[in-house]
Amino acid sequence: MFKKIALAALALGLSSSASFAATQITWWHAMGGELGKKLDEIVANYNKSQDKYQVVASYKGTYAETMTAAIAAFRAKQQPDIVQVFEVGTGTMMAAKGAVYPVYQLMKDAGAQFDPKAYLPAVVGYYTDTQGNMLSMPFNSSTPILYYNKNVFKKAGLDPNTPPKTWEDVETFSKKIMSSGAAKCGFTTGWISWVQLENFSAWHNLPIGTNENGFGSVDSKLSFNGPTQVKHWDNLKKWQTEGIFQYGGPEGGNDAPPKFYSQECAMYMNSSSSRAGVVNNAKDFEVGYGMLPYYADVKGAPQNTIIGGATLWVLKGHDAEEYKGVADFFRYLSTPEVQADWHQFSGYLPITQAAYDLGKTQGYYEKNPGTDVGIKEITLNTPTPNSKGLRFGNYVQIRKVIDEEFQALLGGKKSAKEALDAVVERGDKLIADFAAANK
Amino acid sequence: MQTKRTIFNSKILPYWLILPQLAVTLIFFVWPACQAVWQSFLREDAFGTSTQFVGFDNYVAITQDSSYLNALIVTVIFSVAVATVSIVLALVLAVAANSLLKSRSLYTTLLVWPYAVAPAVAGVLFWFMFNPTIGLIPYLLKGLGYHWDDRLNGTDAMILVVLAASWKQISYNFLFFLAGLQSIPKALIEAAAIDGAGPVKRFRDIVFPLLSPTTFFLLVVNVVYTMFDTFAVIHATTQGGPNQATNILVYKVFTDGFIGLDLGSSAAQSVVLMVIVIALTFIQFRFVERNVQY
Repeated sequence: MFKKIALAALALGLSSSASFAATQITWWHAMGGELGKKLDEIVANYNKSQDKYQVVASYKGTYAETMTAAIAAFRAKQQPDIVQVFEVGTGTMMAAKGAVYPVYQLMKDAGAQFDPKAYLPAVVGYYTDTQGNMLSMPFNSSTPILYYNKNVFKKAGLDPNTPPKTWEDVETFSKKIMSSGAAKCGFTTGWISWVQLENFSAWHNLPIGTNENGFGSVDSKLSFNGPTQVKHWDNLKKWQTEGIFQYGGPEGGNDAPPKFYSQECAMYMNSSSSRAGVVNNAKDFEVGYGMLPYYADVKGAPQNTIIGGATLWVLKGHDAEEYKGVADFFRYLSTPEVQADWHQFSGYLPITQAAYDLGKTQGYYEKNPGTDVGIKEITLNTPTPNSKGLRFGNYVQIRKVIDEEFQALLGGKKSAKEALDAVVERGDKLIADFAAANK
Repeated sequence: MQTKRTIFNSKILPYWLILPQLAVTLIFFVWPACQAVWQSFLREDAFGTSTQFVGFDNYVAITQDSSYLNALIVTVIFSVAVATVSIVLALVLAVAANSLLKSRSLYTTLLVWPYAVAPAVAGVLFWFMFNPTIGLIPYLLKGLGYHWDDRLNGTDAMILVVLAASWKQISYNFLFFLAGLQSIPKALIEAAAIDGAGPVKRFRDIVFPLLSPTTFFLLVVNVVYTMFDTFAVIHATTQGGPNQATNILVYKVFTDGFIGLDLGSSAAQSVVLMVIVIALTFIQFRFVERNVQY
C-alpha cells in the first residue's frame, strides 16, 4: 500500500516537474470581452507552437487599473514580465528608466530576430525615443474614423456613397438630415479629447504642444488652444445648441454608440477598433465609412491622424531566461499571420507592413469595406512634428482636464476660448509637476 | 446569594486577550496611516525609482489647488444635503411606521432592505434610472418640460448622487429613529394628550426633543458616511463629473493617487481627511455620549 502511494507521488512529482521546465512569462493586459478571448487564443497558440516558454496572460481591468496594478506590483517587487499600457501612459513609462526594459535593447540582448523597419512608421513612431529606437511593442493601435448611416443619408436625399469630407459638409448634411426628418441629430462622437482635440490638431497639422508635441523634452507646454481649435470647439457648442451634435459623455463617450445604433444620430466618430461593435449593432441599416472631416480653409489639412490604443512594455527585475522568452513571444506576435488575424478580428491597425500586405492579398479589404480607412488616414501624408503623436507626462490627468473643460463649455459656463485656455493652463501645471517628480 | 467571582491574577493576560484586535488595528490601520503620513512628505515618480523629501510642499500645493478647494465645497454641500434628506425622510417614515399597530413590522422590514444593497449597486441603479439617453426619469421629466442631463449639468449630477447616497442611508436612520420612538414613555404622550395637545404639538414639544440625542448621533454618523463611504456611489454614477461638480474629497484622493499616480499629493490629501475624521469622532464621543439635554 505504502509503495503504491509513494509511486503515485513520484509520478505526480515527475509530471509536474515536466511542465515546470517551461519558463513562465507573465503578461498583464486590459483586454476584456471578445478581445480578451481572442488574446487568450493567441497566447494558447503560442504556447502550443513551442515548449520552452509558457505565456500566462491575466486580465487586470481597465487600462488605468492595469497600469496602476503593474506599478504597485513593481514597487512590491512582484511585477509581471509584460504589461499592456495605453498610449497616454507612454510619458510615464518612458520616464521610468529604472523600471522599463526597452524593447529594442531586449531584442538585441536576447539575440532575437528583429527588424524595426518592418513595422509601420505611423504606428511605431509614437513609441520610439528621439534616436528612433523602439521602446515598447505595439499591440493594439487604432485611429478615429467616421461612421455614417447610409439609410438615413438616402432618406434625406443625400448620396449614400459620399461621406462628408469637411466640417462644412457635416453641418449642411446634418441640417438636411434633420429638416427632412430622417434622423433627430446629425452626429455624435466618442473620445472628445482624443478625436476632437488631439487628432483634430494633427489632422490640421497644428501643434499640440511645444518640443514637437513633447517628444523632445519632458518640460514641454501645451499649445492646442490656437484659433482653429477654438473655432472648432465654438462650432461644437453651437451645433450642440442647434441639436446637430449630441454629447456622448466623458472619456470614451459611453452614450455615443447607442445614439448611432438607435439611428438617433446619422454620423458617429470613433476608433477604427469600434468597427466590429458598429457592424454587430447596426442591424437595421447599412454602415458607411469615411475619413475624419476637416476645415477646408485650413492650409495643410488633411495631414494624417494619430493613433491611440496600447503597447506592451517589458518591466525590469526578471532573469535573462525569461526575457529570452519575452523576445520570442514578441517575434511571434509580429508575424504577419498573427498580426493580420488580430487586426482583422479587432479592427486595430496592423503593426507591420507585411500584415497589411497579407490582408490585401487575401482580398480582405475589398470584402470588408471600411476596414482600411484607418490605415489610409494614418498613412495619408508623411507625419510632421505636429502629427506624429504626442508625449506628455501626467497625460492621463490632462485627458480628464480636457473632458472637464469641454463639459464646462457645453454646460454654458465657459466660452471655447476660455475652456481651451484653461485646458492649457491646467495641463501645463500637470506637465511641470511631472517634470519635477522625474528629474 | 453570592456569586463567586473569578479573579485572574496574571498582569499580562489582558494584553494577550486584546492582542488579536490590537494586531489587526496596528497592521491594517496604524501602519498604513503612518505610511500615508510619510508618503505625504515625499515627491516620487510613479514607479518609486526617484524619491525626494519635500517637507510640506504637497500640503502647500493642495491649499493652492483650486480643484481641491472645489472638492472641499462640493463635499460640504454633498454631506449636508445627504444628511438632511436622509434624516428628514427617515424621521417621517419612522413616525409613520410607529403609528401603525399591525403592519409595523412589515413596513420596517421593507424599509430596511435598501441598506443591504451595496453602494456600487445602488449607484448603478440610479445611474440607469436617471441616464439621459436610456433612463426612465429623464423621459418622464421631459413630459414636465424639464431637460434632465446629469452628464453636463452640475446641479443635476449633484441631485443624482445625493439621491443615490441618501436612499441607502434612509434605512439606517429609520431603524434608529424607530428604536428612539419606541423608547419614549407612552405616559408622557398620553399626559400631553389629556392636557389637550394635538398631534403636531405633541410631536414638536415632546417627541422631537426626546429624539434629539438620536438625531445628533445620526447627524455625525451620516456626515462621516457621506464623506468616506460614498466612494462607490460616485464611482458608479458621475465619477466626479461633470467638470468636477461631484468630485468629493475621497474621490479626489482616488483619482489623484490611482489614476494620476501622484502619490505624494494623494497621501497629503488623505492625511487631511484623517484629521477631519478624527475631529468628527472626537465630537461624537465628547458630545453625543452625554451632552444632549432634555
